[in-house]
Amino acid sequence: MTAAMTVTTASVPKIGRHFRIQWEEAQKAYVLLYPEGMVKLNQSAGEILKRCTGEANVGDITADLEKTFNAQGLQQDVINFVELALQQKWVETT
Amino acid sequence: MTDLAEAQAAQDAATIGPPLWLLAEVTYRCPLHCVYCYNPVDFAKHEAELSTEEWFKVLREARELGSVQCGFSGGEPMLRDDLELLVAEAHRLGYYTNLLTSGVGLNEKRIDALKEAGLDHIQLSFQDSSREMNDFLSSTRTFDLKRRVADLIKSRGYPMVMNCTIHRHNIDHIESILQLADEIEAEYVELANTQYYGWAQVNRDQLLPSREQLERAERITNEWREKHGNKMKLFFVVPDYYENRPKKCMNGWGNIFLTITPDGKALPCHTARMLPGLEFPDVRTSSVRDIWYESEGFNRYRGTGWMKEPCSSCPEKEKDYGGCRCQAYMVANDPNAADPVCDKSPFHHKIVEAVERAQIAGNPQQVKPLIYRGPKESLQLDRPF
Repeated sequence: MTAAMTVTTASVPKIGRHFRIQWEEAQKAYVLLYPEGMVKLNQSAGEILKRCTGEANVGDITADLEKTFNAQGLQQDVINFVELALQQKWVETT
Repeated sequence: MTDLAEAQAAQDAATIGPPLWLLAEVTYRCPLHCVYCYNPVDFAKHEAELSTEEWFKVLREARELGSVQCGFSGGEPMLRDDLELLVAEAHRLGYYTNLLTSGVGLNEKRIDALKEAGLDHIQLSFQDSSREMNDFLSSTRTFDLKRRVADLIKSRGYPMVMNCTIHRHNIDHIESILQLADEIEAEYVELANTQYYGWAQVNRDQLLPSREQLERAERITNEWREKHGNKMKLFFVVPDYYENRPKKCMNGWGNIFLTITPDGKALPCHTARMLPGLEFPDVRTSSVRDIWYESEGFNRYRGTGWMKEPCSSCPEKEKDYGGCRCQAYMVANDPNAADPVCDKSPFHHKIVEAVERAQIAGNPQQVKPLIYRGPKESLQLDRPF
């Protein structure tokens, strides 16, 4: 894995330049849209990605998720997912 | 009885997913004359195009069912003066909007208007990497224009798919086609081997590449992937004539794709209007909901119940749903037959014969003059494929 793919709690992810996230009522899911394609997101992926606005860092996102879902210890899951999302270009980080 | 029928209909509606992909073929008119165009050979007989308002109705009704990807295609969609209005309405409704264009008619003024309308992405087609072949295959002088349009698309910040249909006459140029894609900074490249429908079926023997050509092109594409990583995403679509099992056509009949033709016919794929004995519904007189869930045209080949042998007892029937109905009709003369690409089909030898001919360079079928797509040729040929 290259340095650019390393995600920490300080990384600030936002949805990739050529992707769009939206809720689709017909599918009861968040989807990622891109040229001629679509990824249907499962619940946790959707909840993480909709918080990738370019404002919150991974630490903030984790804290918000833990609060919203009354859960703990999500940090590594969030980091792992953001790394995957980065490889897929679903998100960019600053 | 009525209750039961209604309950059954409700259950079907629950198991049939939404038409996620809406392909709006807004016109059959086109300034290009590509020899492999998938439009029906008799397109010139279907000239009565839907109005702006009628397209608005289609967009609205399909979106209500859950359509989310919307492609504006044709013919050349830029030939519709109201394209910006259609894109704006699709954007307002929440679609991801794609424009599939040859580039002809896409100037600064219109690309700005399309951006303003909310267009998300542009797919630009090239016929080859060289001016000479691009212009020969499309029977137009459009190569330089396409290069300028590619720059225009990037200058406005669009993601770009470069599409190049691949066949015997350009498959040996794969490397320079990839270089061209890299130069114009395409994010995605579709090297789509010709599928033999419409005009491509008319010109099939002239277009089918040899096995050696195909293997070389695939090898070069793989080498490019290894060398350049995922800067460009490459799709290499293999011609199904070289397979022993059919493709899962359209990802299943009436499963996710809904095509609306310029004259308002609703189809489960771009080419299904050629099939005999099937009446496809018209968006002028039916709602998209009725079309998708209730019409005979869409229900006929859903699932596996319609199949006959060798499909009906085949352990792979859920994998490919018997392949393509249009190919079954064109090659086996029976839309209910197994796709003859499958080596279990009693008509598979017809595919094998075409493939064998393609290995012999310069055979009489192969050197016949190509027939270009045009309204005059369409009326002369006067046949669906």
